[in-house]
Amino acid sequence: MALDDQKSIFTFVGTRPDRPDGLDKVTGRARFGADAHAPGMLHGAILRSPHAHARIVKIDASKAEALKDVKAVVTRADFAEVPFEPGLEGEFWNVLENVMAGEKTLYDGHAVAAVAATSALAARDALKLIEVEYEVLPHVTDVDKAMEADAPVIREGAADYSVPEGMHPNVVRYHESGHGDVEAGFAEADLVVEDSFVTEATHQGYIEPHACLGSLGTDGKGELWCTTQGHWIAQKTCAALLGIETSQLRVTASEIGGGFGGKTTVFIEPVALALSRKANRPVKLVMNRSEVFRATGPTSSASMDIKIGMKKDGTITAAEGTFRLQGGAFPGAPGDMTAMCAFAPYNLTNVRQVGYDVMANRPKQAAYRAPGAPMGAFAVESVLDELCNQLGLDPVDMRLKNAAAEGSKASYGPTYERIGLVETLEAAKAHPHYSAPLKPGQGRGISCGFWFNHGGETSVSLALSEDGSAQVMVGTPDIGGSRASMALMAAEILGIPYENIRVTIADTASLGYNDVSHGSRVTYASGLATIKAAKHAVEKLCERAAAKWGIPVDAVKWENGCAVPSGPNAGDFDPLPLADITADMGATGGPISGHFEATPEGAGVSFGTHIVDAEVDPETGKTSVTRYTVIQDAGKAIHPTYVEGQYQGGAAQGIGWALNEEYIYGEDGRLQNSIFLDYRIPVASDLPMIDTVIVEVPNPGHPFGVRGVGETGIVPPLAAIANAVSNAAGVRMRQLPMSPPRILAALKDK
Amino acid sequence: MDYHSPASFAEASALAINATGITRFLAGGTDVLVQLRSELVTPDTLIDIKKINGVHDITRNSDGSWTLGVAATGAEMSDHPELGLDWPGVVEAMDLIGSTQVQGRATLTGNLCNGSPAADSVPAMVAAGVTVTITGPEGVRDMAVEDIPTGPGKTALAKGEVISAINIPARGENGGDAYLRFIPRTEMDIAVVGVGVNLRLDGDTITEARVSLGAVAPTVLLVDDAARAIIGTTLDDAALDALAAAASGACNPIDDKRGTIAFRTEVAGVLAKRTAKIAYARAKGEQA
Repeated sequence: MALDDQKSIFTFVGTRPDRPDGLDKVTGRARFGADAHAPGMLHGAILRSPHAHARIVKIDASKAEALKDVKAVVTRADFAEVPFEPGLEGEFWNVLENVMAGEKTLYDGHAVAAVAATSALAARDALKLIEVEYEVLPHVTDVDKAMEADAPVIREGAADYSVPEGMHPNVVRYHESGHGDVEAGFAEADLVVEDSFVTEATHQGYIEPHACLGSLGTDGKGELWCTTQGHWIAQKTCAALLGIETSQLRVTASEIGGGFGGKTTVFIEPVALALSRKANRPVKLVMNRSEVFRATGPTSSASMDIKIGMKKDGTITAAEGTFRLQGGAFPGAPGDMTAMCAFAPYNLTNVRQVGYDVMANRPKQAAYRAPGAPMGAFAVESVLDELCNQLGLDPVDMRLKNAAAEGSKASYGPTYERIGLVETLEAAKAHPHYSAPLKPGQGRGISCGFWFNHGGETSVSLALSEDGSAQVMVGTPDIGGSRASMALMAAEILGIPYENIRVTIADTASLGYNDVSHGSRVTYASGLATIKAAKHAVEKLCERAAAKWGIPVDAVKWENGCAVPSGPNAGDFDPLPLADITADMGATGGPISGHFEATPEGAGVSFGTHIVDAEVDPETGKTSVTRYTVIQDAGKAIHPTYVEGQYQGGAAQGIGWALNEEYIYGEDGRLQNSIFLDYRIPVASDLPMIDTVIVEVPNPGHPFGVRGVGETGIVPPLAAIANAVSNAAGVRMRQLPMSPPRILAALKDK
Repeated sequence: MDYHSPASFAEASALAINATGITRFLAGGTDVLVQLRSELVTPDTLIDIKKINGVHDITRNSDGSWTLGVAATGAEMSDHPELGLDWPGVVEAMDLIGSTQVQGRATLTGNLCNGSPAADSVPAMVAAGVTVTITGPEGVRDMAVEDIPTGPGKTALAKGEVISAINIPARGENGGDAYLRFIPRTEMDIAVVGVGVNLRLDGDTITEARVSLGAVAPTVLLVDDAARAIIGTTLDDAALDALAAAASGACNPIDDKRGTIAFRTEVAGVLAKRTAKIAYARAKGEQA
């Protein structure tokens, strides 16, 4: 591709200025989801099912409706499906079924009704007066049990064409891919290791609960303020669920207190709007933490079988994996993603992978950073570690021997362009961490990880002000310091200081469509669009200079923030700074803006390698992560501090997932640990300083070489930590989380 | 909901005896207010005892014993220049509870009356031989801490009775105490197992000991067998093994989201050894 055009010498990109939103966030001035208020505002509350699986026989809200403070009660009947033809299909129907139960409640915490009242307390009290008659049904929460012949059927007809004949109706999607002949490959191997692995569901654990303020009139015009990773998808989904026109609903994204994929869909937003439409007043809805755990989208739980054959020299001869993912009571568990990513770091002759999407009586899973990939990597990289141990191979050398590179056929089909996996492995080998001696009781683990990265629909608009400053409007909520990155990229093109650029997250009425901030796409896609929008403005700046100088526009070029003659033949003019052009722009042709809209297709795939040291207390099974190094290819780090932050955040969340975080369901199908006391995310003192190495192998698909960095960082940790713990404990850990009771039991069984 | 802030414990007791429905005494509120907000317990009457004179006082009596007011907070205990020198185990156990913010409110009395088998300060108090003074309609009486909890969320306090002081014995010579808990993380967590040990030495030999266990039974346990296992010993390996066996043997835990029966039983023995070693070193005047 266009590597020749790619910029490689930078003025602003690669520096580390303070983030533009920093002061607001440290002083409390930033406005998050729950910080919105409106005149006449009501407070909403949601009644949730205490049953994992039940038929709703009757809902009687008359006692609640009779209260003076109660202004509206809504149930499923108040959404689009019933009053609006032709009704909803596909994912919109699934989302509706999830935000408000229809005939059945499908998991503990499933919404069945909602109230709007004059105070939050009144709304909560009113919920207690709503009488719901349930017929409790058998339930299943475990992925393997949900596939067994006698498992309760969650919904008939939810499976699509991909599922082979004879599978349980809870299996709703099937994926199979690979190449070569795995049986022949296993026959060539000196050693074949086969093993099975299990991971529990975890939650993204964003600190800010879901919150919104919705206002919808009987005229079908509305406004919504919410904490979200993507307000256009919120707009589109809410409009569909409420049966109104998309453009009539204006959605503004608040500041966001963490999302990690969990805020890429809607949960309470359509409910607030339905309440508002019925009460004819704005309605605010704020989840508490227990509601977040019970009724938003955790990640999938997984059950996996891996078989890998290897020669004595470390060459992988064949690899096979089966990945069963449970994604709650709806289709969507990323069994396909798990399968496609699991072997992606390796250049394999013979590979076959199968993924299942399985429904169970749990909340509808949502994306969580590289959805599906971490579990698969845990299983595959554990088996690779076992092979290295048994064959006496260095785990980095073995991976280097098999590493995918430019021209390799990926396990999931395509042929890789320029990628940076080998560079991350070489950096791992050279890193002092890798050669540092281990103390007794400690173990070291290595893992590679892969994520596709994504482009997505993107619009950016840039406007210059008379004083020579610039405003950039993007549509991707800033979940990782992207305003700083956008400003740096715009500064690089315009040649004006970073501080002179203000980046705003525009609402849905102020900019063209934008996909969600997901898929590690923002710095790539919104960044690319910002660069193109800035270049568009620069073209106009050059036109104004050409007109002023009376020379053709192609005789003007843009350099260091000034229009200059493109060469000696163009004429002898002093450089004309941006601010001099904008000062006169009203009189020389009007306002100068740039914009760009596209669906960029060149998001470069990304790889990382992690090194972890762990220490296990043999008497209690407690693990301490003593040293951690993340090495990942960023393509080009626009703002290195925020790239490092993404790397460290992935490792921190991975440590929680690997060691202590899990959804625990009781025999009754109810979630046992829906508070942060018992859902154990790491606290600061649980983490070592997480060292980072940014490898830069430019992505040919981005003008500055950017690859997304947000997701790959959570792919290797589960495996790297499991390998470190297994090597420290002297026993292979096959189940996550590796909580102290599980480790102590494994030590006893050794 | 009625809220009262009486000026004396007698008045607090009278309010409680006349109250109907659910009554809660409010000191730091780190359990009561959390339970109220999460709708676990919605009291009809809330009696705030932290405005009574002297309830924040931490006093060393002339005989070397200590009297703590019922609203003395974890932070006030940790900041006290001498209390922690006498009773490091009690102070450290209290300090393990919650965040810095919670420490500014949380009290020993509240931790005890909440009735949680996993309360951190309770095993430490039991090991230390702490008693509480109770003011009630029948007057004032003292009771050992180990007799207060009767089951999860339940106490031996009768209607109208309120704890009005915490009494910690004099440390005396050649004594040391310690408390350790097991949590899967490093802080901000709830005990899966807790062990308190308090002992006294004559030379290298243990002459007195009290061993308590938390989170392994419906109430905090005072384990006489565990104390007997180390009394008369120099805490050698055989004594430590006997201690661990006695501690594990006393466990009657449940399987739940926080730990398994097997895990709690095993780790109670492990922690008992580790806690006893710290208490022993402290009794010898060593840093631990």
